[in-house]
Amino acid sequence: MENKTMARAGSLKLLGLTVSPFVVRVRMALQLKGLGYEYIEQDLFIKGDLLLMSNPVHKKVPVLIHDGKPICESLAIMQYIDEVWAATGPSILPADPYERADARFWAAYADSKLLPAWVGIMWAATEEERVEKVEDTLKAIGHLEEAFGKCSNGKPFFAGDSVGYLDLVLGSQLLWFEALQKMFGVVVIEEGKAPLLAAWVKRFGETDTAKEVVPDVDTAVEYLKKLQSHRAGATVAQLLS
Amino acid sequence: MAAGDDLKLIGAWPSPFVTRVKLAPSFKGLSFENVEEDISNKSELLLSSNPVHKKVPVLLHHGKPICESVVIVQYIDAWADPGTGPSLLSSDPHERAVARFWAAYIDDKLVASWMQSFRGKTEEEKSEGTKQMFAAVETLEGALRECSKGEGYFGGESVGLVDVSLGSLLSWLKATEMMSGAKIFDPVKTPLLAAWVERFGELDGAKTALPDVDRVVEFAKMRQAQAAAAAAASEN
Repeated sequence: MENKTMARAGSLKLLGLTVSPFVVRVRMALQLKGLGYEYIEQDLFIKGDLLLMSNPVHKKVPVLIHDGKPICESLAIMQYIDEVWAATGPSILPADPYERADARFWAAYADSKLLPAWVGIMWAATEEERVEKVEDTLKAIGHLEEAFGKCSNGKPFFAGDSVGYLDLVLGSQLLWFEALQKMFGVVVIEEGKAPLLAAWVKRFGETDTAKEVVPDVDTAVEYLKKLQSHRAGATVAQLLS
Repeated sequence: MAAGDDLKLIGAWPSPFVTRVKLAPSFKGLSFENVEEDISNKSELLLSSNPVHKKVPVLLHHGKPICESVVIVQYIDAWADPGTGPSLLSSDPHERAVARFWAAYIDDKLVASWMQSFRGKTEEEKSEGTKQMFAAVETLEGALRECSKGEGYFGGESVGLVDVSLGSLLSWLKATEMMSGAKIFDPVKTPLLAAWVERFGELDGAKTALPDVDRVVEFAKMRQAQAAAAAAASEN
């Protein structure tokens, strides 16, 4: 499937999984920069040669292949895109070193604390475990609600007037929050408890970046059902990347 | 060092993540005030500077906190005057991406498995950790070959982000070798890494920042004794 180039990019290929938050955020970064690329959907149950060759260490998506050279790890890829195409489109990371450190800190937090918690909700073996994971998720959201207050400085997005690094890292997880609500009735970002984030979710959903890249929630739900029937020992993190 | 840099590092000498942050200014010729934290009795300064994780290291620059060791190292590198020494990250975006990839690998795979080999709750868990640790070291041998391009460091001719990330673990890895009798950086299996360990250890920056191995061994033994006592107490 070929996307029409709006900016000359050399050859860009993205190996991905439509519903993976790690992939979605890279596609958002590419969209922000107006870059065309060939998207190749991967079957994570039967991994293809190109994926295995391009990411021999982790064998995971996303992998960006630029002029034949692979770049792995979603956060490294986003920073690569930002640096190579610094002159094209908006900046993804802030220019100020302190703000950049802050964005990196919260992105690491969103991936190491928030993500495993909500993934845990989907895979909890017992009701007790599910309740614990819901609590962990809400606690992480609480911290991110505070972070939004500090980072945004009264502006609409974490990055300010328009979306940036942290908006993409968190925004790429939103479709799964919707899926969790549909499948388990769990509300991750509740207006009463996290009003700033709830408003941000609406605004983020209205951006071109979100509209063009994020798949329908039903795609996520379908994929989760497929995972549930395949589970047999693999971890969800493995199956989402 | 420029006047008014006002760099304060809240740390604890045993932590390899703190060592990592000490290495960065060490290599860039920056000085900073070291604030030693008692981890068993965390200070107000630490708790207010890192309310989310309540962990060391925290760098305070003009009073503003920066947390997470890899974030701090990149901050120091980005902010410090280019005159203070070569950048820890290449100017080439692809090389930077590769460095970030390996820095993440070191924490996610090497550190995680090494911690499991130390702190695993069962012998089985510990030995699985050890197995994965050795596998990670072998992978890093390949990484060094790829990144160094025939030069001495992951960063090429000079120390880079990956050298700092891995180098920060050296006292602990050497302590582990002493305590277990097993060679982690075997000159036969991982010759490039074994040579790198020697080379890195000789650098002034490393000598300044890395804690003394014997002291780490003593600390590790004390922690193991504490853990054993706690386990025994909980069984009674």
